[in-house]
Amino acid sequence: MDVISATALRKRFGNLVAVDGINFSVYEGEIFGFLGPNGAGKTTVMKMVHCVSRRTSGDLFVFGMDAESHPREIKQRLGVVPQENNHDPDFSAFMNLTVYARYFGIQKRLAEERADELLDFMQLSEKRDVPVETLSGGMKRRLIIARALMNNPELLILDEPTIGLDPQARHLIWEKLRHLRSTGCTLVMTTHYLDEAARLCDRLVIMDQGKILVEGSPKELVREHAGTDIVEANATPDVIACLETAGVVFETFGDIIQVQTGTPQKIVSALMESCRLENVTVRRATLEDVFLKLTGRTLRE
Amino acid sequence: MAYFGLSEISRGSIAVWRRNMDAFMKTYQVNFIPPFVEPVLYLLALGYGVGALIQEVDGISYPVFIAPALVSISVMYSSFFECTYSSYVRMYYQKTFDAMIATPLSIEDVITGEILWGATRSTIYATLMIPVLFLFGVIDMPTSLLLIPFAIPAGLLFAAIGICFTAITPGIDALNYPAFLFITPMFLFSGTFFPISILPQTLQYFAFGFLPLANVVSVNRAITFGEFSPLILYNILWVIGVGALFFLIALKLMKRRLTV
Ligand SMILES: Nc1ncnc2c1ncn2[C@@H]1O[C@H](COP(=O)(O)OP(=O)(O)OP(=O)(O)O)[C@@H](O)[C@H]1O
Ligand SMILES: [Mg+2]
Repeated sequence: MDVISATALRKRFGNLVAVDGINFSVYEGEIFGFLGPNGAGKTTVMKMVHCVSRRTSGDLFVFGMDAESHPREIKQRLGVVPQENNHDPDFSAFMNLTVYARYFGIQKRLAEERADELLDFMQLSEKRDVPVETLSGGMKRRLIIARALMNNPELLILDEPTIGLDPQARHLIWEKLRHLRSTGCTLVMTTHYLDEAARLCDRLVIMDQGKILVEGSPKELVREHAGTDIVEANATPDVIACLETAGVVFETFGDIIQVQTGTPQKIVSALMESCRLENVTVRRATLEDVFLKLTGRTLRE
Repeated sequence: MAYFGLSEISRGSIAVWRRNMDAFMKTYQVNFIPPFVEPVLYLLALGYGVGALIQEVDGISYPVFIAPALVSISVMYSSFFECTYSSYVRMYYQKTFDAMIATPLSIEDVITGEILWGATRSTIYATLMIPVLFLFGVIDMPTSLLLIPFAIPAGLLFAAIGICFTAITPGIDALNYPAFLFITPMFLFSGTFFPISILPQTLQYFAFGFLPLANVVSVNRAITFGEFSPLILYNILWVIGVGALFFLIALKLMKRRLTV
């Protein structure tokens, strides 16, 4: 049975269609990613899955239960890391966890044990008793993740979990998320860091304007939509003219041109010889190439 | 619509209540000052200052006359302000409600917990004022202990009204409107500092028909004076009935505001 299954899921805010009839399934024990530009509808999907936002139409089942009719049962079994931190500023880190545990009806003793374990897990033990307002941004984020784990969730929903974190903190969180997956927890996450998605996600979707554009594993998506390698050079008029005469298919993005290819060496030598290019780089195609190709390069409002 | 949202209330509302209680107790030194200081200030300035000019109201010394009103006012202020400004801060700025409804709690649990907490705060303040008033010799024991249980329905009433305003306010500044246009006039004209009986008949009916504080003062004064009449039964039923009504309205309005 799928942990989440959505069919023709739609969400409208007045005239704005934030989620426009999407279908997806999340399997048990995987890390499933939602990518997409600002305003694509990722957060709206997360909120419908954790039952704080009501769908306009379509079907949405979590743990096989309808999100509309069983919010309490569903929420009891999942953990949520919202896009915006909403820790309780009136309490210490430790109290944030224990007070939150009460909302799940978790016994005091158990909650206190679990809170200390999780502070340790997220390397926050030293900050156990300080007011949360004095924590750094990265520490606050880790605390929110620890809080989401208080009820031992079977499904963890992470809306941009590593937003604003330094590389060390991001690596720590990746390690913890992979550890959670190894314990059988299912994870659904959104992120704008495509390297993060490529490293962590077993499968992902790329959304834009409320619709899902593609779905697959990061490797599959790169292979299908960006080839294996990318050759890049400066987009000077000379270069463009030369490429056109050579009949090479290329794309221009601002001040650079890109050639997608499976045989980069051939292209490079051809370019260097006939066009006398100097600044030519070759790199592996990444998820970022897929993302930009599918969602365009213009900025979202 | 099922049972006006009552079916969505669970034991989880107690967890919301305890969250607020814990936050209150963390700074109890500050929170416990008003119920001790306020009655002293009011009694000195109004009871003995103004009272020196007035001598007696209906054969009762002025400090004794205003003592039950002071408790009523404190009950009103503590739950109303808790459930307007403080609740708004939790709801809008701290996103505490958002965090709560991502757990098994329902919106109704959160609102019920907030209202229960507002009433609790009223009851705590009423309780703390009693020894102060007793030391000044303006209330009698043990009958005046009845002020404590009555602070519960009275607190619920003002808390529920407060949440209704919080649910419809466009921003925190707009909460000044009910504070100045509703709470302040009530503070002055509800039989607090002069007896309602000196008002024209129609205003008396208006006060007991529409002003929550007038009904609360009437009951509290009956308690401290130890004089009960049929009017008091009406006042008590009014406070409970209107409190229940506003509780249902509060659930409904908040559900509308918080549902996305
Ligand atoms: N409560 C709301 N009321 C009205 N419109 C909303 C609301 N929440 C989201 N929207 C709109 O829905 C669309 C999708 O927003 P959403 O927050 O889901 O995007 P997102 O993919 O999470 O973006 P980001 O990457 O910036 O977090 C946006 O156009 C947004 O303005
Ligand atoms: Mg978002």
